[in-house]
Amino acid sequence: MDLLWLYAQALVDGLLAGVMYSLVALGFVLIFKASGVLNFAQGAMVFMAGLTFVSLMELGLHPALAGLATVAVMVALALAVERVVLRPLVNQPPIILFMATIGLTFIVEGATLSVWGSTPKLLELGDPYAAFEVGELYIVYSEFYAAIAVAALVIALALFFNKTRIGRALRAVADDHQAALSVGIPLTTIWVVVWSVAGVVALVAGIVWGGRLGVQFSLALLALKALPVLILGGFTSIPGAIVGGLLVGAGEKLAEVYMSETFGLGGVENFFPYLMAMLFLMVRPQGLFGERIIERV
Amino acid sequence: MLYRESGQFKTSYVRDQAIFPIAQDRWGLFLLLLFAAVGVPLIANEYWLGSILIPFLIFSLAALGLNLLTGYAGQLSLGTAGFMAVGAFATYNLVVRIPEMPILLAFVLAGLIAAGVGLLFGLPSLRIKGFYLAVATLAAQFTIEWVLTSFGWFTNYDASGVISAPPIVILGYAFDTAVSRYLLTLGIVVLLALVAKNLVRGAIGRSWMAVRDMDVAAEVIGIRLYRTKLLAFAVSSFYCGIAGALWAFLYLGTVEPQAFDLNRSFQVLFMIIVGGLGSILGSFLGAAFIVLLPILLNNAAVLLGGQVRADTLSNLELIVFGGLIVFFLIVEPHGLARLWQIAKEKLRLWPFPY
Repeated sequence: MDLLWLYAQALVDGLLAGVMYSLVALGFVLIFKASGVLNFAQGAMVFMAGLTFVSLMELGLHPALAGLATVAVMVALALAVERVVLRPLVNQPPIILFMATIGLTFIVEGATLSVWGSTPKLLELGDPYAAFEVGELYIVYSEFYAAIAVAALVIALALFFNKTRIGRALRAVADDHQAALSVGIPLTTIWVVVWSVAGVVALVAGIVWGGRLGVQFSLALLALKALPVLILGGFTSIPGAIVGGLLVGAGEKLAEVYMSETFGLGGVENFFPYLMAMLFLMVRPQGLFGERIIERV
Repeated sequence: MLYRESGQFKTSYVRDQAIFPIAQDRWGLFLLLLFAAVGVPLIANEYWLGSILIPFLIFSLAALGLNLLTGYAGQLSLGTAGFMAVGAFATYNLVVRIPEMPILLAFVLAGLIAAGVGLLFGLPSLRIKGFYLAVATLAAQFTIEWVLTSFGWFTNYDASGVISAPPIVILGYAFDTAVSRYLLTLGIVVLLALVAKNLVRGAIGRSWMAVRDMDVAAEVIGIRLYRTKLLAFAVSSFYCGIAGALWAFLYLGTVEPQAFDLNRSFQVLFMIIVGGLGSILGSFLGAAFIVLLPILLNNAAVLLGGQVRADTLSNLELIVFGGLIVFFLIVEPHGLARLWQIAKEKLRLWPFPY
């Protein structure tokens, strides 16, 4: 294959992978926007949702039914988290809340593993290697459909945020907690809603990633890949999460191909996104679409 | 009744500036150190010394380093294990490449090298803070791990990428038993903890705390922000580097870069959260808690049932561990050190309520 095509292929692969990163990052952004909590447990939630879904299907449930049941589980999780973790920690500094979600990560992972076992499970979404060609580029069907699913999800979320009553309440809370409270928006309900929506996003991410990697523990580690995405896009911006995901996906694949072609060094993609995010932050500390932080003395 | 400072008058400035102004604290610490240095080697067996106390001391040192950066200077870092790896591999390379290098000097030099690397990755802190900075420090973690695994030079071209520590000999005395390694670790950790204690109550520590509490205000009163933050990164990495070197040389003996992965960073972060941010004592308490908890859980499970399957057990351990972290954050966000402080305040007045 021509070198140019190699890079083009890497770019396409990267962009498709990037869409899937942004899916995980989306869950972070939703929760961060509404409650100012950087939810480290999002990766664990992806794992939990994916494994619950697959295991229910293995028990013989129809996929749609299994999906609904999983959504119910995620809503229950959201309720529990609000009640047990968030409510007692109101008014604590963000770092404490962040730490609490790390603790939550352990609980979610441990609980999921004890209920469903730790063996990786396969999620059949058709032939994972079936692909169509554009020029000399291979585009895998499953990834292509995943990208479409993500686009649909983002549109649905945008509609939800902009057109519904709850969506408007969510945006109000994101703008200013106290002002939202004072006009009668119930903060605790909003948190449950947001965590539930993040749970649904986690389910989609779990299905998409599970179809690609198999439903296994490494899904929980996706949270780490979502962090540079968040940084590049800004913590509070949904379009930012998408653009950041694309940048990270494309960047890491291109860097990997470049480094292995030129210097014969592999594994660059494991750390390149973080380095990219770090250097990017030196220039623009609030990310691409983040809110500008203004400090007054 | 025993813990009361009445009647202890400070008659000179030297006494007023003592590290432990209360006599009971001084004596308590002295007795504790005496016990650690003399009593523990007499009663503890090989397993306790080698597998619990040495890692506890080393973790305390790493937690201390991170606490200086996160607890005192307010810069959240997730790259602790990366800096530990730098320390371990720097010591190894110094010792292997310069045969006449004394091991203690190698430790110090490795700490300085780690400090240099920390300085480099601390540069983003000049522009960013909070979570953004935390993610930027992840770059340090992953980049260091990758560099150490990808370039054979660092592991002296070992086929499996593992370094084996040569035997430690200081002034002709070989540190080959668990007791001697424990005592050496204890000495180094106590010395560095003393330095840290003095550091944080002096001008440097105060400027760190000023930056932590509000960086803009700190700048206004004339603290040079960049220098202070970078110094915090350097000192913290120095401590972590030495902890890594001790981990490789005095605890495990053989180490691969993967021993210093992100989980290790998180582990150290938990220690300072559980122990108490911005407290030297907290670093030790947190390290003890995190090191002992899994052992305790294991033993408890054996006592309770005995026939629990191993993977169920490790899952339960995860749940209990996570639950305890959340519980601690809710009950006492300032950690074990704060509990200790409250206990001391109560003791001062006891048996009277006010």
